[in-house]
Amino acid sequence: MSAVESNFEYTRKDLPGNWSKLGIGLTVVGLLLVVVAFFVDNTRAAFNNLIALMFLSSIGVGALFIVALEYLAGAVWSTPYRRIMEFLAATVLILPLVALPVYFNLHDLFHWTHEEAVQGDYILEAKVGYLNIPFFTIRVAAFFAVWIVFFFLLIRNSRKQDDSKDQSLTTKNIRLSAIFMPFFAITLTFASIDWMMSLEPHWFSTIFGVYYFSGTVLAALAAGTYVIIVLNEKGYFQFKLLKDHFYSLGALLFAFINFWAYIAFSQFMLIWYANLPEETFWYLNKWEGSWLFVSVGLIFVHFVIPYFGLLSQPSKMNPKNLKFMSLWILFAHLYDLYWLIMPTYSADGIAFGWMELAFPIAGLGLLILVFSLRAKNQNLLPIGDPKLKRGLNFRL
Amino acid sequence: MADKVLYGYTGIFDTPDDIIHAAEKVADEGYEKYDVNTPYPVHGMDDAMKLPPSKLGYAALVFGLSGTVSALAIMYFMSVIDYAIIIGGKPFFAFPAFVPIMFEVTVLAASIATVVTMIAIFFKFPNISHPLHNTDYMKKVSSDKYGICLQADDKKFTEEEAKSFLEKLGAKDITAIYYPEENFEKQTVLEPKFISILVLTAIIVSGATYFSLNKLMFMVPFNWMMYQDKQVPQESNPLFADGFGMRPPVEGTISRGNVPYQFKGQPELAGKLLKNPLVPDSTTLALGKDKYDIYCSPCHGYFGEGDSRLNGQFPNPPSLHSEKNRNWSDGSIYHVITDGQNIMPSYATQMTRQERWATVLYVRALQRSFNAKESDLQ
Repeated sequence: MSAVESNFEYTRKDLPGNWSKLGIGLTVVGLLLVVVAFFVDNTRAAFNNLIALMFLSSIGVGALFIVALEYLAGAVWSTPYRRIMEFLAATVLILPLVALPVYFNLHDLFHWTHEEAVQGDYILEAKVGYLNIPFFTIRVAAFFAVWIVFFFLLIRNSRKQDDSKDQSLTTKNIRLSAIFMPFFAITLTFASIDWMMSLEPHWFSTIFGVYYFSGTVLAALAAGTYVIIVLNEKGYFQFKLLKDHFYSLGALLFAFINFWAYIAFSQFMLIWYANLPEETFWYLNKWEGSWLFVSVGLIFVHFVIPYFGLLSQPSKMNPKNLKFMSLWILFAHLYDLYWLIMPTYSADGIAFGWMELAFPIAGLGLLILVFSLRAKNQNLLPIGDPKLKRGLNFRL
Repeated sequence: MADKVLYGYTGIFDTPDDIIHAAEKVADEGYEKYDVNTPYPVHGMDDAMKLPPSKLGYAALVFGLSGTVSALAIMYFMSVIDYAIIIGGKPFFAFPAFVPIMFEVTVLAASIATVVTMIAIFFKFPNISHPLHNTDYMKKVSSDKYGICLQADDKKFTEEEAKSFLEKLGAKDITAIYYPEENFEKQTVLEPKFISILVLTAIIVSGATYFSLNKLMFMVPFNWMMYQDKQVPQESNPLFADGFGMRPPVEGTISRGNVPYQFKGQPELAGKLLKNPLVPDSTTLALGKDKYDIYCSPCHGYFGEGDSRLNGQFPNPPSLHSEKNRNWSDGSIYHVITDGQNIMPSYATQMTRQERWATVLYVRALQRSFNAKESDLQ
């Protein structure tokens, strides 16, 4: 048995230097392309920017959720690599910046921002109390504020614990997490409604927030799993993850793959069954022309392939498979967001060009950059956490 | 003691860590047939015992998939082939509506089949006896101790070695376990006593359920759906003096869409004034043939020759191909169907007006086919 001794000593080791270089490189290339994109086709760039914003929100807010969930559930297995999730959660800090270009192009994105379109449209007039630019601005600012405030509160205590080894900080964070949870549920739900559901202001789905939530947790978990496995391979944790750790990560990914499919199908089936024209058009738009292939592809990319890729017990314990599947799931989430957002931009058929690649590149660059900046001079393990030793020796 | 058969040697440990180390050492020593008994699942025991991954997952996969396929097949057969009815304007093969059922059946089949497989194959049902049952060792390891048992049928097993090995591991209460003397193999779950208790339980439970649901809890308004305060067709009703539940329409009213027939008892007038509103085409003729075959053909025969299928229980009507009938107007035929003639009753309640007119067209077609003109043959 590879039990970690109680005198486990952690010596700080910085992340590989080429990570931040990769991050800077991708960001610079991506941002250049993004700037060009905004000059070439403002509307299309705004839609792509929205996809990137939602993708980064998923990882940042989702990672914050997973950190809070660990405290609330008293989870032990994820403690050794909670830091990775904390670094990923730092993505919430750059979200307002990513949102700025979207915010300045609201008219290109949202039909309801056009007063002349709202006038005479019975449904939109009824929604004017909620869908108006001042209230939208307040809401969006509030979401960012809530995420960033809770990020700082949670992470500060966790970091303090490295030096002080004070167990009461864990208790404090448990309380904070309990407060964060309802805020998280409300902000994420309304963020998904404001940014994505209101692209089609006539359409409504009460399950939409949960749908985005399932993708959010999946993306954050997949990003975290990938980083954890890579760092573990290179020995940055100074202990070897057991297959029990891999199994737990894989099982959680598998569970959320199923959860996503469950929610996505529930949303589809209810609308299909009721067959009300004010609801079905949203799916019909995605079922016509070349969007049909994207819609059918979504079932395979987001459910069938990861489902069978993670179904068996050995496949969840195999780090190589897990690494591949987590990258795949990250891609699947991006694909999902593309499927949610882009049909509003181009109803006639798939819109895919260099712009659709430029924004993910810039987003990925920013993600890596924030991660490596955050991880600089930081312990990769929460060495003061009272649960750490049990977490290192975690057995199923 | 000499005729007793040895099952194995058991040893007791005090902590879960001890038992894990002991299991590791036993596995390292090369023992294959041994087992560990603990009051609860000890994490990491599979690893320590070097157990291969359980094969139960394959049973779950196979049975789960067969559940998916059979659910799909059953629903496809029922709602596409055997009893196709339109529900909610959806196609017969409404796949999204099938998915939840397929999912449920998959989960049900996988879970039940896994438990049954486990009991049947791994627990060797119906054998319920085990030499470790009813021993002091089992009493301890099922409350607060951790035990290990080296079995005598292992290749490496010798009595002295097993004993000394367990001592070396630090086990307490090292005991030899023997097979029970009498009829060990016959101790199965299918004993008459056990089966009769099972049957008795089933009778009591179902009787109690019947009594509580149908007698005790049968009270207004929580009675069954089949008993409702409403008039069912053909049922009597004490509210009315004549006791009939089914009432004729209120005098001076007609039901919606009903146009009364204004030529009742006036065949000449009907023949003169009524005109067929339908045009003979494939749809109206097909409708006419359908209704003719149902309502007219029992007496008039399939081709209107008056060859009844009723074997003389009813007088045969004359042929529809007579000179007289061929010269009748459409209105006259319609009048006979609507109002009846001689012994033939009215068919106004069985056939709608459109159906009656379509039947007239079909009768015309039959007459034409029996007395075709020269021009029809060209």
